[in-house]
Amino acid sequence: MSATSSGGVDFEGVSKRYGAVTAVDDVSFRIAPGELVTLLGPSGCGKTTTLRMVAGLEPVSAGTIRIGGADVTLRAANERDVSMVFQSYALFPHMNVLDNVCYGPLSMNPDKARARELARAKLEMLGLSSFEQRLPSELSGGQQQRVAVARSLVLEPAVLLFDEPLSNLDAKLRRRVRQEIRELQQSLSLTVLYVTHDQEEALAVSDRIIVMDGGRIAQQGTPHELYETPASRFLADFIGDANLVDGEVAVGASGAVFSAGGTAAPVRGERVRPGPATLALRPQRLRVVPAGQGVLPGTCRRSAYLGSRHELIVDTPWGELLVFDADMHRSHRSGDALGIDFDADAAIVLPR
Amino acid sequence: MTATIVTPPPAVAHPADRSGRAVAALALLAVLALPWALAGGAPAIGLAWAGQAMLWPTIAAAAALPACVWRGAHGAAAALAGALVVWTLLAGFAGGAGGTSFGLGAALLLAAATVSGARSIARRGAFKADVTVSTIVVVIASLLGLFIFYPVGRSLFSALVDEHGGFALGLAAERLLTEDIWGLACLAGGAHCGVAVNSAILATVVGLLSTLIALVLALAVQRGGLRQAWLVKLMSVLPIVTPPFVIALALVVLFGRTGLVTGWLGSAFGVPRSRWIYGLPGVTLAQLLSFTPIAFMILHGALAAISPALEEAAQTLRASRWRVFRSVTWPLLRPALANAFLLGFVESLADFANPIVLAGNYEVLSTKIFFAVAGAQHDPGRAAALAMVLLGFTLLAFWGQQRWLGRASYVTVSGKGDGGIAARLPTGLGRLCMGVSAAWIVFTLACYAVILVGGFVKDVGRGDMTLSLTHFGAGFGIDTGVGGLTFTGSAWNSLFTTIEVAAVSAPLTAVIGLLAAYVITRHQFAGRRSFEFLTMVAFAVPGTVIGVAYIVAFNTAPLELTGGMAILVLCFVFRNMPVGVRAGVAALAQIDKTLDEASSTLRASTLRTLRRVVLPLLRPAIVTTLVFSFTHAMTAVSAVIFLATAKYNLSTVYIIGRVEAGEYPLAIAYSTVLIFFMLAVLLLVQRYTGDTRLGRRAGGALVTGH
Repeated sequence: MSATSSGGVDFEGVSKRYGAVTAVDDVSFRIAPGELVTLLGPSGCGKTTTLRMVAGLEPVSAGTIRIGGADVTLRAANERDVSMVFQSYALFPHMNVLDNVCYGPLSMNPDKARARELARAKLEMLGLSSFEQRLPSELSGGQQQRVAVARSLVLEPAVLLFDEPLSNLDAKLRRRVRQEIRELQQSLSLTVLYVTHDQEEALAVSDRIIVMDGGRIAQQGTPHELYETPASRFLADFIGDANLVDGEVAVGASGAVFSAGGTAAPVRGERVRPGPATLALRPQRLRVVPAGQGVLPGTCRRSAYLGSRHELIVDTPWGELLVFDADMHRSHRSGDALGIDFDADAAIVLPR
Repeated sequence: MTATIVTPPPAVAHPADRSGRAVAALALLAVLALPWALAGGAPAIGLAWAGQAMLWPTIAAAAALPACVWRGAHGAAAALAGALVVWTLLAGFAGGAGGTSFGLGAALLLAAATVSGARSIARRGAFKADVTVSTIVVVIASLLGLFIFYPVGRSLFSALVDEHGGFALGLAAERLLTEDIWGLACLAGGAHCGVAVNSAILATVVGLLSTLIALVLALAVQRGGLRQAWLVKLMSVLPIVTPPFVIALALVVLFGRTGLVTGWLGSAFGVPRSRWIYGLPGVTLAQLLSFTPIAFMILHGALAAISPALEEAAQTLRASRWRVFRSVTWPLLRPALANAFLLGFVESLADFANPIVLAGNYEVLSTKIFFAVAGAQHDPGRAAALAMVLLGFTLLAFWGQQRWLGRASYVTVSGKGDGGIAARLPTGLGRLCMGVSAAWIVFTLACYAVILVGGFVKDVGRGDMTLSLTHFGAGFGIDTGVGGLTFTGSAWNSLFTTIEVAAVSAPLTAVIGLLAAYVITRHQFAGRRSFEFLTMVAFAVPGTVIGVAYIVAFNTAPLELTGGMAILVLCFVFRNMPVGVRAGVAALAQIDKTLDEASSTLRASTLRTLRRVVLPLLRPAIVTTLVFSFTHAMTAVSAVIFLATAKYNLSTVYIIGRVEAGEYPLAIAYSTVLIFFMLAVLLLVQRYTGDTRLGRRAGGALVTGH
């Protein structure tokens, strides 16, 4: 869509400096209207700072931010068409659920009846109608989170921001809540910027993911692109698990071959250049085969039973490899000799 | 570092500017319609027409201001407002002592112009274009400037002028560097030392001893298994509700020449009667009894904050109990000990009530300043010179404390639910602590018992213990007559005035203090650190110094406030403001900052956030500040002894009058009434809020005297 369509965020060459420390370094990206984009990265990578700059809670050191085509760089948070769901939910403890959700509309228009009407509609949409009179302290974590979402939605903002919304929920609840958030976003065609450090969560909910590292964008793309074709060691290791092997790639008539530690194996051929390279192997794409078969010979060093799979550490000429074996009919013990096999297109070649 | 806002103001006025326009219009109203002078009469425009040409620029500026705000020319409006305030003040001072004093019109003009100026500079981009923050900061800074810095500065300056008003540095040096102030003769065996040396010696002794005794008490309560711990904690609360000279009075009754204990010692052991209580020993004793509870609270808190796990670790490393105490507990306590010492030091320096009753020939700075103003000498220049010395001492101690607090950290508890048990004290030390604590408790209780009993007997000072309510009657008699109840007692007037002044100043203190705390903790702006420092400096100024400063600065035109109730209220508000700031800062630290941010992302302005989110959550801090300000106003003496008049007399001043006249029983009776009244207020508030922590000195700040 065009850059001036309703909604949509343009982040252009934005930097944020705290004295000598640069938290965000010349970052640019675009969120199209109706898209859910996730900022993903380890602690200290600048993702939360970026989110807060979009919200208007931190002033920028350089660059421009546009929301819906309008330049909002110098506007304070209460003058932008942006709402935010905080990590701690930030529900006003001295107001009940209804008053919390009415707060936004009342800030813009003192008509109480109208505010209540809008609030009730959103509370109903999120299944919270029976909790109207309760105080935040009388709600469970999941309920508090939904109130926080309702409170942000009621203003129908151009952009909705989520700051690690699932981090305060227990593990079981997280899957369900992230699905709810995704369904809500899709049904209302909301433009969402989402921040998390949990890569599984990012893969599950996003239209596109922006991985940040050290204040810069490491890679952006769809979940599939980032998982299947990471651009660097860091990305291969950060999203999903990966075994990283340093070696050499040679390109011949039959395709590309990767060799390290005296053993060679065919790898995916397109756009692979000969020379030093790092091979990334996903543990679940490695198959355990009887000794003597497969690409690599190996010895099982350690085996852990995880219910749905075995996690094996296997000693090979390519070093110690982590292997997920889903075949629960057999198990391996420390010292067993076995073989490791994988498809050529399961190996990801990264430049070194 | 961050983007500055340079967008020019829009051609159409911001909708919220309705308030801005109203404020500017008020300025115009003030010069056109309200009486300019204190004595009433014509508004400024009338006075200017009648010949006071100095007022014309003021009127012109006041007319131009609304016009600028209407047109959105905020830069011009800000400059105009600033010039308006400066010119009006200068013109007022230029009129000299015989000029017109500012009245309602002038006050409103200055207020409106200040607020308007604050709003305008915010619209130009200062304070992150936040009008609310700008107004709060500018108004509070102006008030502090006007009611703390100007009087103190002017009073100190008067130390440098001779009686004709001319600048005389030689005279100032003569006043400041005399034998009288700095003489060290007594240390070498001579009779008298200079007054500054006396004050310093007293303060050091009291600081050291109060810290030591407080340490012993804290150890006994926390580690020695003292079963009467609740009693010690109750005693820590008592100084808050006790008028300042109650202890001194009790000591006189017990140990004076005709005192109860003196008499008993004389008849039982033949010990001759003497006046030993009057002088350094008596004042030291009185100050110790008064200030040790506060030192106790600091050390008790510090001991509690030492994680037992540290001492347990030391024990598992084979350390004996003595070694644990010396190598783990003591070093961790050192910052708190330093803090307690400095607190005792400064309180002693600023203390007025105890020396005035007990010091006798042992002159200290606070009483000498008083006599320089109120006594036969009447030498304001000399008083100002002495005030300079006293202020120098307290500022030095204050600076020392800031340096300590800035670096040392008291808290070792990680917040992860430490389940350890504190090590018990080594046996010898334990017994010593218990012994000293017991003696201390008995002594303090004896003093309060005397006060309690003294009001109800004929003459406790002379041992006449016949029950009698004559003193209560004299002070607080009520007659039921034809016209209803008449308050015939001589003390009612001062009691009602005191309650009135305290009740008016407490809410004002809370408002100003908490608003200042809010902008300091929640907002970033250039000069925030300096602003914070400004709000806390009032802490360092002793009451005597402020009292003298107020009568020097506000006795004449253009700011004529003495003799009225306003000056009493102002004195209390600005002296107690730091308490509100401290309480507010501590409370705001507990309130998650994301609540403010959430409010902002829900389109609320700063003012709305303040009103709907922050203030409701600050209720405990508000209550604490109200209670503390109220009780402090009820028991203050060192500043207001200069400011009270026959018409607006205060309880403490009245009581001192009775003491000086030798009417001890009435003074004691009145003190009893005050204590019970304040205890009742405290209990009522506790009932209502369920808040047991008064947090009087959050963070161990220094408060100088009553």
